[in-house]
Amino acid sequence: MSTTVDTPPRFESVPAVREGLKRVAYLADEGIAGVVYLADRLGKPVLIEGPAGTGKTQLAKSVAEMSGARLIRLQCYEGLDESKALYEWNYKKQLLRIQAQRVAEDQGGTWADVEEDIFGEEFLLTRPLLEAIRAEEPVVLLIDEVDRVEVETEALLLEVLSDYQVSIPELGTVSATQIPLVFLTSNNTRELSEALKRRCLYLHVDYPDLDREKEIVLTRVPGISANLADQVARIVRSIRQLELKKAPSVSETLDWARTLVLLGVETVGVEQARETLHILLKYQSDIAKTAKELTVDES
Amino acid sequence: MLDVLAGFIQELRAAGLPVSLTENLDAMEAVRHIPIEDRDAFKYALAATLVKSNAHWKAFETVFEVYFSLRGGEWRLDPDKEDELDAMLGGAAGGDIQTGGGGAMDQLSPEQLAEMLYRALLDADEAMMRALARQAVTRFAGMEPGRPVGGTYYLYRTLRNLDLDSVLERLMDASRQQAGELTPLEERLEQDEYQTRITHLRQEIEAEIRRRLVADRGAEAMAKTLRKPLPEDVDFMHATRDELAALRRAIQPLARKLAVRLARKRRHGRKGPLDFRNTVRHSLSYGGVPAEPKFRYPRPSKPEIVVVADISGSVAAFARFTLQFVYAIANQFSKVRAFVFIDGIDEVTRFFEGIDDVADAVHRVNTEADVVWVDGHSDYGHAFTTFYEKWGQEIGPKTTLILLGDARNNYHASQSWVVKELRKKARHVYWLNPEPRSYWDTGDSIVSEYSIHTDGAYECRNLRQLERFVESLA
Repeated sequence: MSTTVDTPPRFESVPAVREGLKRVAYLADEGIAGVVYLADRLGKPVLIEGPAGTGKTQLAKSVAEMSGARLIRLQCYEGLDESKALYEWNYKKQLLRIQAQRVAEDQGGTWADVEEDIFGEEFLLTRPLLEAIRAEEPVVLLIDEVDRVEVETEALLLEVLSDYQVSIPELGTVSATQIPLVFLTSNNTRELSEALKRRCLYLHVDYPDLDREKEIVLTRVPGISANLADQVARIVRSIRQLELKKAPSVSETLDWARTLVLLGVETVGVEQARETLHILLKYQSDIAKTAKELTVDES
Repeated sequence: MLDVLAGFIQELRAAGLPVSLTENLDAMEAVRHIPIEDRDAFKYALAATLVKSNAHWKAFETVFEVYFSLRGGEWRLDPDKEDELDAMLGGAAGGDIQTGGGGAMDQLSPEQLAEMLYRALLDADEAMMRALARQAVTRFAGMEPGRPVGGTYYLYRTLRNLDLDSVLERLMDASRQQAGELTPLEERLEQDEYQTRITHLRQEIEAEIRRRLVADRGAEAMAKTLRKPLPEDVDFMHATRDELAALRRAIQPLARKLAVRLARKRRHGRKGPLDFRNTVRHSLSYGGVPAEPKFRYPRPSKPEIVVVADISGSVAAFARFTLQFVYAIANQFSKVRAFVFIDGIDEVTRFFEGIDDVADAVHRVNTEADVVWVDGHSDYGHAFTTFYEKWGQEIGPKTTLILLGDARNNYHASQSWVVKELRKKARHVYWLNPEPRSYWDTGDSIVSEYSIHTDGAYECRNLRQLERFVESLA
């Protein structure tokens, strides 16, 4: 590691991470907690991949909440560039300064003074990446949906991710005062570059297994009975085994559970399931297929 | 430890995973922070640093199992616990077995074993399942040291003796009785639940067999026999059922990625040529100085694709994947038409129209298309002639024609003049062959008779090659 600063470790051990996340209502499994712990110890960013709606972004938020750090979020999109991600000079302010200088020049100021002045910190607009680097207090940096930027823009991130520093030609290199925890999420719409992957720890978040999903439903949906949560989790698991265009995500499971609670349903029968399927599934063909599968047993 | 890890990484690379030097160092660093006796944490630490793609996870897991299943006693069930378990098992079997210690299970009759298996599955008792898996392997697999047989053989023998299907039936019967009458929904849920448990048991058995094989032959040799190609490298023609299922799952994300990539390529870059008139017109506002050059809007041509695919047994899987792939990115083409043949030929475009589930359409193609003319053995000659007569005039200068098949013509007449004629009309004609290039023109294969009339014949044995070809089309 070429980092120059040492940040004291934030987490005691893997179980401690798990406990902490549980306190902020995020149920992590062994793998997730382990990788978060390692990320802290090794001072490396975490690249999180997985199907939509499995709590990738939520993980970063929860880690921030749990460690009491500020969350800085960079939402990626096509066309994101340096001035939006790293820093930008405040042109308007610089112009004003120059004009003010004109007046001062009459009293004997020189151009060199101005030049030094307008490229000072005062005129620098920090964007998320630079902000995370310069922060004095602990921060969690979330780079969301990194697969949306072009391959060329990805290179922007590399310096920040490996060395935790940003080079600004006029100012020199700004290094981090503390190593932020960095999370990158990706929906895998394209292959990320090797260079980026190499610098990160990799975490694949998949749909949770039955018990974990049940617990998630129990913690996140107030007023749900254990029985109903169990049924919900089991039905969702069955649905995920079908070949669908879009399998129900965890967030959709939660929505569904909330709906059932609101409707005052105690046990889910075929009728209730069929009437509320549109909350779990977002394609008409999927809904039709599932309704058919659930009512007519395959065996 | 370092040696083991180095060997492990070596094996990962041999299995096709790109592990760089920095990742290697990271793994070493990561392992220092993890308590070594925690096997799960150890596994995840290695995975997080070494595996950077979900598709590689499976390969990683296999290699990991092989390398670290036997190292050190701390990862096995500790002996005390094992004894305890065995004693418990003795009790569970009705108390008629008095011997404590290691051998309790060996003396069970097959019926008792089946009964215990049933009960373990019913209660989802994991420790019991593991012990039973071990016992089942000892008893049924008939493993002999030094015998050069793959793990699948032992797995098959063990599973055949356990007869898990009837166990599943029994479990279902039990829950039916317990609940009185089950609604279809409940029935399905119960079944899924037991199915998961049985799958779990199966994995235990597999792991156990692997453990024993490793003990017998050593990790390096074992890893070599278990080495499996990554999904994108699986050969279409020799894929097993599991591999085909994996391929089907892999094709959708792959096609989506390709579509995104192509759409991006279309939108960006590639400026058109200078638009002279427009530039002059705009120069008026600068007093006649062409200060602002205008370019013609780039209009990349969208080819019209016609796929003609052999769907006879030997190459059916390949045709299916190609159709699925082409249709998944159909919006990159102005029009896609599909024809399938064995010895007769039929247009199947209608199956794909207005349907958003391509896999479903492909299924219908396989069952409903009318492709048999005489005997249902490939006859390229007849299929091509019919194609030429019926649809030949619809092939125009915008059409890209893709012919799929191994050109194993069963010694019928080749009628290669059809391809020659079609090439004159079409923009491009390509031939995709799922066979390795070295097999071409052997036996009844007559690829080169056709391919000399095409713009190129490509070997297309796996998803990687298929993807590359489709990308070059658009």
